[in-house]
Amino acid sequence: MEILMFIVIGVFFAIGTYLLLARSLLRVIVSLMILSHGAHLLLLTMAGLNAEAPPLEHMADGGYTDPLPQALILTAIVISFGITAFLVVLGYRTYKVHNTDDLEKLRGSADE
Amino acid sequence: MNNMLIIPVILPFAVGATLILFAKYRKAQRFISLLASIAILASALFLAYDAYTNGITTLEFGNWNAPFGIVFVSDLFSTFMVLLSAIIGLVCLLFAFCTIHPEREKFYFYPFYFFLLTGVNGAFLTGDLFNLFVFFEVMLLSSYALIVIGGTGYQLRESFKYAAINVFASILFLVGVAYLYGITGTLNMAHLAVRIGEMEQTGALQVVAMIFFIVFAMKGALFPLYFWLPRSYYGPPAAIAALFGGLLTKVGIYAIIRTFTLIFTNDPGFTHTFILWIAGLTMFFGVLGAVSQFDFKRILSYHIISQVGYMVMGLGLYTRAAIAGAVFYIAHHIIVKTALFLFAGATEKVTGTTDIKQMGGLLKTHPWLAWLFLISALSLAGIPPLSGFFSKFPLILESLVIESYGIAFVALLVGLLTLFSMIKIFVYAFWGKQAHTDEQASISVTKLLLPIVPLVMLTIALGIAAEPVFTYSLAVADQLLNPEIYIQSVLGE
Repeated sequence: MEILMFIVIGVFFAIGTYLLLARSLLRVIVSLMILSHGAHLLLLTMAGLNAEAPPLEHMADGGYTDPLPQALILTAIVISFGITAFLVVLGYRTYKVHNTDDLEKLRGSADE
Repeated sequence: MNNMLIIPVILPFAVGATLILFAKYRKAQRFISLLASIAILASALFLAYDAYTNGITTLEFGNWNAPFGIVFVSDLFSTFMVLLSAIIGLVCLLFAFCTIHPEREKFYFYPFYFFLLTGVNGAFLTGDLFNLFVFFEVMLLSSYALIVIGGTGYQLRESFKYAAINVFASILFLVGVAYLYGITGTLNMAHLAVRIGEMEQTGALQVVAMIFFIVFAMKGALFPLYFWLPRSYYGPPAAIAALFGGLLTKVGIYAIIRTFTLIFTNDPGFTHTFILWIAGLTMFFGVLGAVSQFDFKRILSYHIISQVGYMVMGLGLYTRAAIAGAVFYIAHHIIVKTALFLFAGATEKVTGTTDIKQMGGLLKTHPWLAWLFLISALSLAGIPPLSGFFSKFPLILESLVIESYGIAFVALLVGLLTLFSMIKIFVYAFWGKQAHTDEQASISVTKLLLPIVPLVMLTIALGIAAEPVFTYSLAVADQLLNPEIYIQSVLGE
């Protein structure tokens, strides 16, 4: 199970990196979303997936799932929601003001 | 009494949240925010005094014991940083009263200002790596909002890049946390230090250490990850640029020093030599950027980069006196750099530009501004008896003692180039023929100087009282180099 998750994470990171190198504002935002989902999954998987029992001590005969990573990614997901919302608005305003979403044209010159 | 520890975090948060309700009432906002910053300064002073007299105190939330619950730790280093951030918070607020545009005030400037302070103070005080991430995010989200507030074309364009780079760094931070949790099974910094000390295999740790170094280097603007800084700090108004220039990069540096003296100390031969190299390159390329620029704010921004190098150099040398020098340097830099950015704001108010080629003759029309600027500029360059000299001196002396002649040479050269570019500002902007109109010359800057004067006094005081301040820095360095004390007071035996 862990191996499968790691492959999924690798695919997420590959897609995210590919999109991050794109010239469009929106693609950069989407890439940051995908990358952060990859990081969340990594946080969940690195602690070890254990499907035997829920994280309740009295129900576990053998091992039980570590609850901490789930609490951690919950926080991380909320933060990435907020940041994504902000980035989308920022990207939209940038597009409105400059009339372009091409990052190459948004580079700006030194003498402005 | 250890509940006091939460005050510098909870107070700005509560005030920031309250101020949202008063967004349309400028006077009420100013009054509340002024009172709140004074209260934060008082609590920070109390914490620093308490940490100096009573040693390390910890606050365990909900009485969950240390490795399991969330802890706040106040040792000498963290309270020192909180004190500095409180001073800068108050001073920049006073400056913002005189300069910030009323429209910006109505668009939640003060709430974001206090949320930023929440994040900064929280990052200093927390004893938990994941909380460090969360407070970084609190700080960064408010910084994105502050840097774009006003919404000019330039700001929108540059803050998108600033936000994208920092979000990317945060993702890497999360990846680092994931790996570290997978390897050690804990995120409490003291507990991490214990677990890593017990570990045999350290190859994977090296990777994680480098991931964290990259993350914090991105936030702290170290070579080669500093490219975002000069352009994004150019956009916002002077009060915000001063707050950022003084504080934000230092949070990254604080995190580097904290993690690389407490957690990743298993192979200093590799990590700290690497850090020393990066420090040298950061200093050199930062100052080259400053020398090449002709814009007041851009020169100052490039100087942030080169001086961040000195702080990291102290960590890279990794001796008692060098780390004390780095701590002293952080204090000196936060104070002087904020003052210089505020000077940039004041000259911009008079001349209407930040391009030093279009300025001139301010010495005649605004003598106080010019002379106070010269004091801070000389302090930044490291001329005795100001604080810059006494903070660079231990660093360079120590690098000679342990025979790292290369870094000593770079540090001295960078000091010289810093002096050159600061004098360049003085010559272009303050000397020479008057380039601004008589109408501009009659603009009074007395109100703007009021928040700057205390900072200039502080840099003189830090220079004259270098002996006690350096003794304090040595005490900080002793605590940083003996993590056993930290570990024991967090985990409790």
